[in-house]
Parts: sequence; C-alpha cells; structure tokens
Amino acid sequence: MTIPTMTDATINTATKSASKSSASMSDQSKGRRSLWRAAIVLIIAACCYEAVARSGAFAPALMPKLSVVAQTFIAMLLDGTMIEHAVYTLYRVLFGFFLAVLVGLPIGILMARFRPVESFFLPLVSALMPIPSFALVPLFMLWFGIGNLTTILIVFYAATFPMMFNTWSGVRSVNPLWLRAAGAMGADENALFWKVIIPGASPFIITGLRQAFLRAWIAVVGAEMIAASDWGLGWVIFDAKEFLNTDVMLAALVVIGGIGFVFEKLVFGSLEKRTVQRWGMSRVAKG
Amino acid sequence: MVPIAIDNVTLEYDTPAGKVTGVKDVSFDIGASEFVCIVGPSGCGKSTLLNVIAGFLAPAAGEIRIAGKTITGHGMDRGVVFQDFAQLFPWRTALGNVSFGLEMKGVAKDERDRIAREQLRLVKLEKFVDSFPHHLSGGMQQRVAIARALAYNPSVLLMDEPFAALDAMTRDDMQTLLADVWRETRKTVIYVTHNVAEAVYLADRVIVMSAHPGTVQADIRIDLPRPRDPLSVEFLECQKQLMRHLGHKVSGNGAAH
Repeated sequence: MTIPTMTDATINTATKSASKSSASMSDQSKGRRSLWRAAIVLIIAACCYEAVARSGAFAPALMPKLSVVAQTFIAMLLDGTMIEHAVYTLYRVLFGFFLAVLVGLPIGILMARFRPVESFFLPLVSALMPIPSFALVPLFMLWFGIGNLTTILIVFYAATFPMMFNTWSGVRSVNPLWLRAAGAMGADENALFWKVIIPGASPFIITGLRQAFLRAWIAVVGAEMIAASDWGLGWVIFDAKEFLNTDVMLAALVVIGGIGFVFEKLVFGSLEKRTVQRWGMSRVAKG
Repeated sequence: MVPIAIDNVTLEYDTPAGKVTGVKDVSFDIGASEFVCIVGPSGCGKSTLLNVIAGFLAPAAGEIRIAGKTITGHGMDRGVVFQDFAQLFPWRTALGNVSFGLEMKGVAKDERDRIAREQLRLVKLEKFVDSFPHHLSGGMQQRVAIARALAYNPSVLLMDEPFAALDAMTRDDMQTLLADVWRETRKTVIYVTHNVAEAVYLADRVIVMSAHPGTVQADIRIDLPRPRDPLSVEFLECQKQLMRHLGHKVSGNGAAH
C-alpha cells in the first residue's frame, strides 16, 4: 500500500516542476492558435459582407465593396486625416478614462472599507449606472458646449461607475485570512492597504479597468457624433453620412474596432496575464 | 524560548440567541521552548483559545502573559500558521511570502532575502524560492507558511491544525519535518490538533480539552525519547492513555484515530 502512494507523490512533484518549464512553450503555441482562429472568423465575416455587397441588395453607394473601403482607408491613412481623428478620439477617451480611474478606484476602496461611505455612494451608483451616457450628451452640450470638455465628461461618466463598483466588490472579496496573517506579521494599516488589499482585490480591479475602458470607448464615439466639432472617429462617421460617404464610415468603423481590440487584448489582456493569471488568482478556460 | 501563562481565560461569542461561552476558566502555563499540543473534540474551543493567544480575539475575562507581559493584540513575538492553504499571498513567490514579516520590520532587502532563503532551506524548499503558491502542493504551501511564521524570529509559534487538510502520507512527512525544525529553532510551540497520534508524536505536553464550554480536562506529559517511533509499544500506550481522557473506548490496539 505504501509503495504506490510514494511513487505517485514523486511523479506528481516531478510533473509539477516539469510543467513549469514547458508552460511558456505551450502558452506560445496556444497564443498562435487562438490568433489563427480569430483571423479565420474575421475572414468569414468579411466574405459574408462582400457577398451581400455584391448581391445588389443595396445600391453600391450605400454598401461599397471591401476593395473600395480598403482604398478609402489607405488613402485616409496616407494623408494623415484618419490618424489625426484617431488621436483626437484617443486623447478624449484616455483623459476621461484616467479621470474615472482616479475617482472610481479610491471611492470603491473607501466604500468597501467604511460603512458611511458605502451607504452614501451605493444608492448613487445604483441610480446613475443604468443611465446610458449617450442620453446625457444633449444636456452636457448645453452645459459645457461642443468639443473636448463635453466628450471627456461623457467618457468619465460612462467609465467611473464600473470602476467603482468592481473595486468595491474586489476589496470586499479579499480573503480575511490574508489580513489576519499580515496583521500577525506586524503589518500596519498602510502596509495592509498597499501590500494586501490592493493585490488581493486585483482580479476585480482589472475587470473594472476593462469594463470601464469598454464603456468609455463606446461612449466616446457616441458623444463625438453629436458633441464634437471637426475631429474624432465618431464625428467622421456622422459627418460622412451627410455626403453618403459610406466607404469613409466603414473605414472609420474598422479603426474604431481595431483600436478597441488592441486595448482589450493587448493592454488589458497582457496586464491580466502578467498579474492575476501568473499568480493563479484567475484561471484560463480550458480547451 | 519564553514562558507563557494562560490565566483564567474565558471567551464568549455573540450569537443571535445571546451570549455563548466558548472557553471557560482555562488556565495553564507553558515553559520556555516547550512544545504543547491542545487536543479535544471539535467545538471544544481549542482553535478559539489559540486565536485568543494570537491576539485575534479578546478574552471576556482572564489574561495571557508572554514572558510576563500581558498581551493586548497580535504582536511580532508570535508567529501564526493556519490550517487553510489559502493563508499564503498568491501574488508573492515563496520567497516574497516568507520575507513579508521582515519587510514589515524594516529589514533591508538583501538581508531579508538571505534570511528568507535560510528559512526555506529549513523547511526543505530551497529549490522553490521563486515559485508562486499555486504552483506548490498543499504540503509545500504549509511549509512555506511555517517558514513565513518563523522568518521574523518570533519566540512563540502558534499552529492551528496546520496539517489537517493534508493526506496521511504527507502529514507524516510534515510532522517529522516540524519536529526537526522545532529541535533546531527551540521555539515555544502551541499546536492545536484533533489528531491523537500527531499530538503524541510532537508534544512535550498535551492539554486535553472538553466541550461545551471548553475547559481543560487533563494535562499530560509525554516523556518518550525523541525522535519518536509511532509503532513502539510506549507510543501506542501514550495514545491509549490520551484517548481514554478524550472519552474514547479503547480496544486492544489503540491505533485508531
């Protein structure tokens, strides 16, 4: 009875230490495979679009072929207008997003740590979070005029609540055993906060950042359509509608989708991989 | 390394049905470098008592003195190891976990790395200093927890069923390892367990507690020479004696637990 158990345990430790060195290899091939899969799905979607565009169901001016969209896209890239629009939009979204993190993160933490703060902000969050930020654009325009200020504030509104809400949940979910262990090792309030609560809540905080950015990105395009003058990807689409420039609209949509994808996958995805996934605090779906 | 006096400690819980006495009038002394096990049926308040000694709970009456000083909260004169593997910080490597207490003490980086490595060598994990807890097995995680509790050099080590969630094979190895660590460090250890064989293997003295409310029922000295042989007649005799105190019916071979 004793011998097989011993061998099992030995094999177990052996595979465990071996899997560590092979993990990076399999991660790489897994990443390549998922990239391929994503590419195939996108190609299929593009083919479907092309088939509808060529079928003649819509006039070519309303639904241009992909080659036309590509031409417009490249032309706008080369003359720099698309890049300038994208830079304006990115400036607004990042400004609003960082403002939202700056406000949402500390308030979320304070809500989880102090009852009065929680009872003050929780009803506010519940009441304000469901209001689509887009519905506030006309009002904000009257208050703050057309341009950067309004769009940044709309982004800020859209991003603050998911940040606050997730941080609040995250701090509440910190394992009390960690706090106890840290306390026993002489951690003061300051150390508890920075070295236990913040990393302990990090899976939720990263989710909060993700959701906040996603909502910010949706909000900025919407806000730009109405409240921006002359620049921004949302404004391009709205402006192009006046002249039936569907190829411009589609080219702008490609950029909007592309930038959103880069942030979601590369920025937040790699942040997650380097932190909570590396620490085993969130797991990757199997298969 | 320092004596502990537990003096008439009573602890009450607030429950929806009113106050419930968890531990009542518990008194005993622990000598310097002594290894004391507290055993008893579940619900006898042995973990509660350990939490009072650790300073996580305040007693309703009585006091606890460590080296003559009454304790008022948790302090760095005590190291604590819990049963749950999740006690380690998942975002820190084994080395990072072990050096946490030293970091809180303000020890310089090089020095705390050196001490942490030394502690990890003591629990035979020198090859895993840079591993994150989720890459370690349960037994390894508990060894990191022991190293972590020892690293900042507390004089007392408090352990709350640290090996209860491990399989029997690993538990045996861990008990041997802990006996070695204790022999080397000579800490005063208070160890809570419900496992009679474990208590006989590790302890100089066993405090037997009874339930509802938790009181001290017996205080038994184990004088077997170390290292102890769990299959020797004397060892089994000690186990039987302990089980009788716990109210078990002991048959011819008292090895069941």
